[in-house]
Amino acid sequence: MTSSSSVGSNFTSQSLSDVVVEAIDVPSAWREFWESLRANRGALLGLAVVLAFVVIALLAPWLAPYDPSQVHEGAFKLPPVWQDGGQWAYVLGTDDVGRDLLSRLIHGARISMGVGFMVVIFSMSIGVAIGLLAGYAGGWVDALIMRLTDVMLSLPSILLAIVVVTVLGQSLANAIVAVGVLVVPNFIRLVRASVLAERNKQYVIASRSLGSSHWRQAVVNILPNCMAPVIVQATLGFSDGILNVAALGFLGLGAKPPTAEWGTMLSDGRAYIESASWLVTLPGLCILIVVLGFNLLGDGLRDALDPRLKR
Amino acid sequence: MLAFLFKRIFVVVPTLVGVSLVAFALIRLIPGDPVLLLIGERGASPEVYQEMKAAYGLDQPLPVQYGRFMLGAATGDLGKSIHSGRGVMEEFQDRFPATLELGLVALMFAILFGLPMGIIAAVKRNSIFDYSFMSVSLIGYSMPIFWWGLILILFFSVQLGWTPVSGRIDIAYDIPTWSGFLLVDVWRAGEGWPAFVSAFQHLILPAIALGTIPLAAIARMTRSSMLEVLGEDYMRTARAKGVSRLGVIVVHGLRNALVPVITVIGLLAGQIVTGAVLTETIFSWPGIGRWLVASVTARDYPVVQGGILLIASSVILINVGVDLAYAWANPKMRMQ
Repeated sequence: MTSSSSVGSNFTSQSLSDVVVEAIDVPSAWREFWESLRANRGALLGLAVVLAFVVIALLAPWLAPYDPSQVHEGAFKLPPVWQDGGQWAYVLGTDDVGRDLLSRLIHGARISMGVGFMVVIFSMSIGVAIGLLAGYAGGWVDALIMRLTDVMLSLPSILLAIVVVTVLGQSLANAIVAVGVLVVPNFIRLVRASVLAERNKQYVIASRSLGSSHWRQAVVNILPNCMAPVIVQATLGFSDGILNVAALGFLGLGAKPPTAEWGTMLSDGRAYIESASWLVTLPGLCILIVVLGFNLLGDGLRDALDPRLKR
Repeated sequence: MLAFLFKRIFVVVPTLVGVSLVAFALIRLIPGDPVLLLIGERGASPEVYQEMKAAYGLDQPLPVQYGRFMLGAATGDLGKSIHSGRGVMEEFQDRFPATLELGLVALMFAILFGLPMGIIAAVKRNSIFDYSFMSVSLIGYSMPIFWWGLILILFFSVQLGWTPVSGRIDIAYDIPTWSGFLLVDVWRAGEGWPAFVSAFQHLILPAIALGTIPLAAIARMTRSSMLEVLGEDYMRTARAKGVSRLGVIVVHGLRNALVPVITVIGLLAGQIVTGAVLTETIFSWPGIGRWLVASVTARDYPVVQGGILLIASSVILINVGVDLAYAWANPKMRMQ
């Protein structure tokens, strides 16, 4: 009797403590973010695509059946296996000088992912610094920076990139700089807007009254609270970067021809659009899938990070 | 309204000056001596070299050069093309209508399909229509248009043989320029239907390629704006008064939902000019995009400098126009 009642009270107290724990267990910001992202099927698909291409890019030399610039004698313009005349030795066919298309596309993933990464790092570091300065300093500094971004945004982006590449000379590195410059204004505007929203909040004023330096205010207090839109923009910057560098490659202003860059491959394949259409369709499809992946992920991140859009 | 107009124009002036500075500076950063390029490197004597340099004003200090460039620009004189020897302004005027015609038809295509897609997706939220239209617009939004153009050529021109691959009209026709819009000029030239059909066949694929990203943007914007409006109280009130479902959506919903969509359409102007550079290259369309790419590769400095200024100015002016139209339609905007 006593034992059973003690078991009973034990049981009750345990479930009570469970309830208490659940009540104070407010989901962490990270968990809330992950739950929200996980509920979004599009974002998950985007994440999967992006991760798949990251893996392909990292393991390219081991995944690719051949060296991307190896010329296979007597295997010119072989179609992919699913077309008549295709061979299993060259699953996606070969190009006009007999290089294996699959190997080139796999190595192209390495270049495109690297390009996207560098464009984002370049534009984000510059854009965040300038945006923070504009928002925090205000006054004529802000006005000057904003007019400059107006100028940059009114120039058609690809045109500006073309001119920058012409100034710097044709190379993949210069194409990355040119495209990075284009994405900078997006970061400046975003960060500035967030800083303006944050700088008059209670915690900033409190910190100022405690004698924080400007540096501490701007970088330690305000900046971390402005990062959510920056993360979203960085994801979208990846797709912008990949797309625009490929466009420059297509116009003959990006990577130089032997490089297995998707845009450059597309431009080379254009001459054979009637006789070897896979040289056009497949590289473009790769660009589309990667860009789509980043855009899906970016949309999902925005929904997860922006409380106003939460369902 | 007038105050808003002046305020808006006042902001544009520094932007235009900035654009001119960028165009002026970029050109001078390009390595290589434009004068040497002009006279060719085959044994120009120092005297000839100096003479040419003076003739183009390149012997003056940079601020003087910039001042002359701006004075010229204000009077419509942007110098002469090194390649053709014709005025930059003249060359621009020759090619601009072709780009404008392409851009307008592309925008019409985008609105014609994007708007209904967005409306249906919002009204039938979470239906098969919603999912398929939004998937299509997401793909469209991510589309590398230089590839999309080639795929359209591959399917419609190479496989089906329905449309020609490049140019604006069949070479059998010689249409005198009047408005610069071939779809209009064929009627004035009295060529009638066959010429119109030919011009249209040349135009349709580039327009689809160029209109795809705007279509996706319009569909997405229309959907989200429409969803917001559908939840408003006045929509329920209108239904309660006995207005039909379609009537509410079209009369009360669409009118209010369109306001942000119009802004997006205005912002697409810049996007269309960017897209035109790639589209014109793929379809050999004789517009300003292809002209500028060719000039950059040929290092035709005056054309690049003047062309950038002209294109950026048109984009800025279009944006101002959109702002004014918006302020006219929505009095709340004027107060800000």
